[in-house]
Amino acid sequence: MTAEAISEGRPASDFWDGVRLSMPVVVASAPFAVLFGALAVDNGFSVLEAFLMSAMIYGGASQMVGIELFGQHVAPWLIVLSIFAVNFRHVLYSAGIGRRIAHWPLLQQALGYFILTDPQFAVAEARAVSGKPVGFVWYLGLGLPVYLFWVIESGLGAVFGKLIPDTHALGIDFLLPIYFLGLVLGFRKRPLWLPVVAASAAASIIAYKTVGSPWHVSIGAIAGVLLAVVLPPHHSGIGERP
Amino acid sequence: MSTTFWIILAGAIATYLTRVGGHLVISRFENIHPRVEAGLNAVPAAVLTTLVAPAVLGAGPAEWAALVVTALVSLRGGLMSMFLAGAAVLILARQFVG
Repeated sequence: MTAEAISEGRPASDFWDGVRLSMPVVVASAPFAVLFGALAVDNGFSVLEAFLMSAMIYGGASQMVGIELFGQHVAPWLIVLSIFAVNFRHVLYSAGIGRRIAHWPLLQQALGYFILTDPQFAVAEARAVSGKPVGFVWYLGLGLPVYLFWVIESGLGAVFGKLIPDTHALGIDFLLPIYFLGLVLGFRKRPLWLPVVAASAAASIIAYKTVGSPWHVSIGAIAGVLLAVVLPPHHSGIGERP
Repeated sequence: MSTTFWIILAGAIATYLTRVGGHLVISRFENIHPRVEAGLNAVPAAVLTTLVAPAVLGAGPAEWAALVVTALVSLRGGLMSMFLAGAAVLILARQFVG
């Protein structure tokens, strides 16, 4: 309770706490925002449409899939369905983070779910696990810079896309896996961490080779979650609580 | 309004539904079963792993070196230091391995 009282009493420092944690995300996602803007224009989007897609959907992988299919003149309903499929993992994030932010006012929750990306969920969940409160101001400090940079850089990529240098030498195609690995390892003290990671890794790789992307994400995730559900409760450390 | 605009709008609604849907389903239950809670606690590791594993499999020596350094730094350092260390190793290794 003490921690909460201190933390809730200093909203400005809470906000900047969040901003500090957002910086790796801003750096890692910047190349993808620019790349998205450039590819969107390449595939027949206007600059405004590229900008709108980033502002309204705000989900990198799904946007990439969307413009790729659009460029191949796939039926609109199938493009929307594919965007939904790529983003389906957020259902799990939503169920998980809902436990941490249910006490916020409704409008704040509505906004909170709008910016619920992979890193947003992982960093907020890590904060909750460490016993600190997940307040709206902190959450906004974490999410707002990522959102603003994402939208602005998408627009810049759409306008100046032709000027992108050799992205491979700069390593930007592999920055997100590095960041995500760091996030996975950050949860290593949780009960069942290793079996869950092993199950998800195996299932996602098999699904990637057979069913294909983007379904490997949902299939792999469900495998790991199901394992945690079916293992006897004393393994997960939940049934042991008095 | 153009077809593109409607695709973007429908895609945005579909995406928002995934971001709010899990909470709407779970919050209908008053008590969360311990097994469901165990499943929810497994979500970060389960989902994030699927974003890394296929990429690791398709990678080469430069990427693997970066991941190993990332893992080592993450045992001690914070998120930012492990990310910067991994990125630095990756960029450096790619100058040699390509």
